[in-house]
Amino acid sequence: MSCGAPADHTLTDVNVLGQTIIQGTVVHENEPVGGAYVRLLDRTGEFTAEVPTGATGEFRFFATPGDWTLRTLAPRLSPVDATVSASAGRVIEVSITV
Amino acid sequence: MSRSTVLVDADWVEAHIDDPDVALVEVDEDTTAYHKGHIRGALKLHWKDDLQDPVRRDFVNQQQFQELLSSRGIRNNNTVVLYGGNNNWFAAYAYWYFKLYGHENVVLLDGGRKKWELDSRELTDEVTLRKPMQYTAQAPNLSIRAFRDEVVDAIGSKNLVDVRSPDEYAGRLLAPAHLPQESAQRGGHVPTAANIPWSKAANDDGTFKLDEELKKLYADAGVDFSRATIAYCRIGERSAHTWFVLHELLDQPNVKNYDGSWTEYGSLVGVPVAIGDEPGEAAR
Repeated sequence: MSCGAPADHTLTDVNVLGQTIIQGTVVHENEPVGGAYVRLLDRTGEFTAEVPTGATGEFRFFATPGDWTLRTLAPRLSPVDATVSASAGRVIEVSITV
Repeated sequence: MSRSTVLVDADWVEAHIDDPDVALVEVDEDTTAYHKGHIRGALKLHWKDDLQDPVRRDFVNQQQFQELLSSRGIRNNNTVVLYGGNNNWFAAYAYWYFKLYGHENVVLLDGGRKKWELDSRELTDEVTLRKPMQYTAQAPNLSIRAFRDEVVDAIGSKNLVDVRSPDEYAGRLLAPAHLPQESAQRGGHVPTAANIPWSKAANDDGTFKLDEELKKLYADAGVDFSRATIAYCRIGERSAHTWFVLHELLDQPNVKNYDGSWTEYGSLVGVPVAIGDEPGEAAR
């Protein structure tokens, strides 16, 4: 069992079978934003998880089926919210422009 | 204890970076974070390799903790300043260890690594080494650590605070949503536990909310401050964050962190478990 956050967000190190995944990238003026944070909020707006973005702006969450909000926090840029619907056993790709 | 004796801000850290009486220590969930950049002068403690027993499921004992801090050059009279990623989850966990083993002066950097980064403060990749010292750890202070039987006995008599996200509490998720969903044998929570996610105690930038806001948060969620409290999460680090809030910021005298947390409780045979969004009854 791995308790630490993955060092990067490639899917090669994790068995994704049956996992409901929300992943994507944070971009600003067409450039990836590394060193930002993405928060995952549940259908009531409650915080569920947060990850830093990787060098190429990527992030990933293991969620459950349903509606979620992604919120970005990045130095010198205003937070941006994006809503997504996750479905069981699928990988949802999201690009968030900040 | 009060906020001014257990928390410092980034300006304070910058002003004390070269202070020989201060030991700055980063503890992260993502154990590669330190090597990508850290505050100048900070040592790294690895929450698993350094702070957990390599064989048994337990954390390092008094002797191991003493050897660890000796080897890293931390002195008994240093002010230890802890910070880390994930809103200081693992820094709070390490803070709890330092208190458990009797270190007198230990503080958290409010907001941790995230606020430091969001404020665009300087990070370095230069690894810090300090000359080894002789550190002496005290016998563990078990008044701040709860074990499983005590948690079962607390059902219906003490405040139980489950600090995981609502979906983990209800049993819909088994782990935080940034981790693969593998964990205990069963999902759910300890019957009667109030679900007060750790995140409600922190602002978006990772700093702690004001004392008045924190008191109201726990009181409104049903915590009776005249009773003892046990906090738990999945592996004990998020609940160390809540232990810090209740015991260190709000000065509650009888608060324990159950570090076995849900990965232990949710795999025990024969203990009561509640599922869904309600706390459930204390029926035995």
